[in-house]
Amino acid sequence: MTGVSLAAIGAGIAVVGASLGIGSIGKAAMEAIARQPEAAAKIQTAMIIAAALIEGAALFAIVVALIAG
Amino acid sequence: MEEAFSPVELINSHVWDSHEFHITDWKGKPVTMPLPIILWTDNGLTVFSSSKFQHDNEANVVVEANGQAFVKYDEHIFYADKFNAAEFEAQTVLSKPFQYDSRPLDFSITTSIFSMIVSVVLLLLIFIGAARGYSKSDKAPTGLAGFLEPLILFVRDDIAEPQLGHKYKRFMPFLLTVFFFILINNLMGLIPFFPFGANLTGNIAFTFVMAFIVFLMTTFNGNANYWKGVFLPPVPAFLLPIMVPIEIVGMLTKPFALMVRLFANMTAGHIIILSLVSLIFIFGSAAIAPVSILFVLFMTVLKLLVAALQAYIFTLLAALFIGQAVSDEAHE
Repeated sequence: MTGVSLAAIGAGIAVVGASLGIGSIGKAAMEAIARQPEAAAKIQTAMIIAAALIEGAALFAIVVALIAG
Repeated sequence: MEEAFSPVELINSHVWDSHEFHITDWKGKPVTMPLPIILWTDNGLTVFSSSKFQHDNEANVVVEANGQAFVKYDEHIFYADKFNAAEFEAQTVLSKPFQYDSRPLDFSITTSIFSMIVSVVLLLLIFIGAARGYSKSDKAPTGLAGFLEPLILFVRDDIAEPQLGHKYKRFMPFLLTVFFFILINNLMGLIPFFPFGANLTGNIAFTFVMAFIVFLMTTFNGNANYWKGVFLPPVPAFLLPIMVPIEIVGMLTKPFALMVRLFANMTAGHIIILSLVSLIFIFGSAAIAPVSILFVLFMTVLKLLVAALQAYIFTLLAALFIGQAVSDEAHE
């Protein structure tokens, strides 16, 4: 386990959190589109916005990892 | 005899700011465009070309100008007599740019600033050219104006109007500027050759200024409702000592999030692409090239999406914050 830095591990864990969040958004968006296909465009827009915001939170963690590592 | 390839060094030289614009390598020597170095020193304004440092980044070359001597280490310029490499390396990432007892004030034109000038010139050319078409004819716009009109209408109908209500016209110039400035700088960062390819939106100083401007816009446009919501939120009185500091800190964290989001998205994208390209050099064989190129293609397309998306998100959130500041309804 030499050469493994804690900062890199922290960044990896942050990515796990982000992917869980974005995955559940994707799942909810697919279910919503399946229920009401006419609203697909709006749902897709909302999904992309929410995904970008979650990614912002994950990138906070990456920035901290960059600073600390 | 070549040095071992260092991916970290490649990434660092392409992602962060630099005092000379690296164009290509010719016969093993780097070909760069030297940019002016402008320093505010103890002796006043000192200007010289970065070619005097002769591509040195390890404080080996000493440049004499205006009666003082300077060295460049890791793209930071120091006074030659006050520079201490060990002390500099011991600093944390957050305090490294701020060693002002041993550094002059650095106002140089770096690659980021050069890129910003190029993008501003491009923006002016594109938009003034498009606007001219409207005054000439009454028909539907064609050409450049026809290409830009859907984007501008998109900003107006999907970002400005939903967030700002009937007051959107006042803020349209600001939101349009923010959107297209960030978009064109994101896209320019993706083009790998000169004069594009400098990572301006991944420069945290740039995103800090953008977020700060959004903060100023919300603060100076805040009406009575907004300030009442911050200092007298509609909560039971015993919660006020907790809520008011939270609201005040919230005023600051929202632009801070804008800054970090744009910076991290753009920088992370650049680092990923450079890492994938470095795969070829690390493996040292051409067999890895097709795999690497496929990866790079995929990542570049993804980055294209991220570039447009981040410009949209930044503008959307800026409109949201301004909308909160000028909203007519009572704060919920």
